[in-house]
Amino acid sequence: MSQNLKDLTSLSALTLGKMIKEKEISVKEAVSAQLDVIRQRDSAYHSYITILEEEAIARAAAVQKQLDAGELMDSPLAGVPMAVKDNICTRDIKTTCASKILYNFIPTYDATVIERLKKSGAVIIGKTNMDEFAMGSTTETSYFGDTKNPWNTAHVPGGSSGGSAAAVSAEEAFYALGSDTGGSIRQPASYCGVTGIKPTYGTVSRYGLIAYASSLDQIGPLGRNVSDCVAALEVISGHDAKDSTSVNTQSYSYLQALTEDVKGMRIGIPKGYFEAGLDAEVKESILNAAQVLKSKGATVEEFDLDAVDFAVSSYYVIACAEASSNLSRFDGVKYGYRTPHFDGLQDVYKNSRSEGFGNEVKHRMMIGAFVLSSGYYDAFYNKALKVRALINQGFQKAFEKYDIILGPTAPQTAPGLGESLSDPLKMYLSDIYTVSVNLSGLPAISLPCGVDKKGLPIGIQFIGKHFGEKDIIRAAYSLEQSIGYARPSLQSSATGKEV
Amino acid sequence: MKITEETVQYVAALAKLTVSEEEKQKVAKDLENILDYIATMDQLNTEGVEPMSHVLPVKNVFREDVVTNQDDRVELLKNAPKSKDGSFAVPKTVE
Repeated sequence: MSQNLKDLTSLSALTLGKMIKEKEISVKEAVSAQLDVIRQRDSAYHSYITILEEEAIARAAAVQKQLDAGELMDSPLAGVPMAVKDNICTRDIKTTCASKILYNFIPTYDATVIERLKKSGAVIIGKTNMDEFAMGSTTETSYFGDTKNPWNTAHVPGGSSGGSAAAVSAEEAFYALGSDTGGSIRQPASYCGVTGIKPTYGTVSRYGLIAYASSLDQIGPLGRNVSDCVAALEVISGHDAKDSTSVNTQSYSYLQALTEDVKGMRIGIPKGYFEAGLDAEVKESILNAAQVLKSKGATVEEFDLDAVDFAVSSYYVIACAEASSNLSRFDGVKYGYRTPHFDGLQDVYKNSRSEGFGNEVKHRMMIGAFVLSSGYYDAFYNKALKVRALINQGFQKAFEKYDIILGPTAPQTAPGLGESLSDPLKMYLSDIYTVSVNLSGLPAISLPCGVDKKGLPIGIQFIGKHFGEKDIIRAAYSLEQSIGYARPSLQSSATGKEV
Repeated sequence: MKITEETVQYVAALAKLTVSEEEKQKVAKDLENILDYIATMDQLNTEGVEPMSHVLPVKNVFREDVVTNQDDRVELLKNAPKSKDGSFAVPKTVE
């Protein structure tokens, strides 16, 4: 790979956007360079399910024409190649959810976030790999094979937005969209050493996001630094009449919050987050970061976050219950896979679903069916909703005293490939720091704060109050300005060597 | 909490899935592990707490009942595994 090409794709999204605006480089050159890098690296990392070579080249020409006509001047990311998780509907482009049951599904419409990206001149370069239906923490449940962590290909990239995190980390995209139901943006961002934002529930339209758990799902961006992520968040946020849970009362000008200033910011650290189960190196790294913010003028203190020990239980009941309902639409009739083995309509349903869904998805649908079934509804589902209310109250109480909450994103750095799926409970427990945020609908950001002895990145999480995106952005940006972020040595699959 | 193979059979039927005889035992064991963990919620006193299904105070959202999308039947049917006369086709269900 030529030096120039490598340098180009390692630029930040905002820097590339600026160079495109200033005509130092054409959109087509940027897109071609990105496609070349993908061709060289993706067989090593497998970030993508679908790569859109022809579409991206054609789109580059269209965006260039708009720019040349003086349009898109207030879109800082116009012309920048980006990737989209494969559970977000893209018109005329295959959208599989990494499942056999949707292996050939071609949406007839764009998700609202895709419409917004297109309006701002984005060039979608591919659809990224993920855990099937976003159910998993490793991207190993994908029907299309696993994704490798760009820092060490013997490790998982995290999940469920593992393809998006790996693509951004491996410089196979300048930024990407993921979705976060229980940590699916933040945890892979943490494992791959990139930044990811899970916005407040209702900030980004879910229209066109293939639903997993509707009361928890939220689309958000992943980028190599805080600023890129924030620029992407600004593009996709906003009220949408097509999503009745979309909220229309806030300011979406997040770029304003990119200031290095945490003077007087009140930061709370939940004591329980640092007890059993947290890796010692992760703990040290998080506490060091807290110290950095303190030295920049923030106040940092520990506190007890109520009810949070029960977040994983409540989360799995609610997520599985909603999934069992949402995924009933996949029946071998309207789209996707239909079994060739049937005798009657009931068989079409049962066999298409049994052959089309992978084990983890079936497992969660059965948990969902169980907790909603008569006799167990009160003890499980209703109880989980009450626990959810108490978790939310715990956060509300904390935000009376603190502007943001600081903690780890995940208890460990990325596990090795093949280590997680055999014990689902253990995998679920690794979501301990992320799921409570979704239960409460809060915004949170994960960004790199160090690297462990194995050479794998560590992520720190800031949680904000409802619509408190600007607080967590300010804290994240301030920390990043002080500590920077490390980058992995990337491979070229042709040689298996560093490039 | 003990999950029997009959319970597995029952929840599989609710979820419109089939679980093979060989898988049943493993599925029962997995469900049992997860549900035992989930049941630790019982340690938290929730008496008098209102169940929370939605986090923000958003009530029913209404809009004018007008059609805004195009007629895209032909496009939609392209995704159907089988279609006939502008409809989704399924095996005969009524004799």
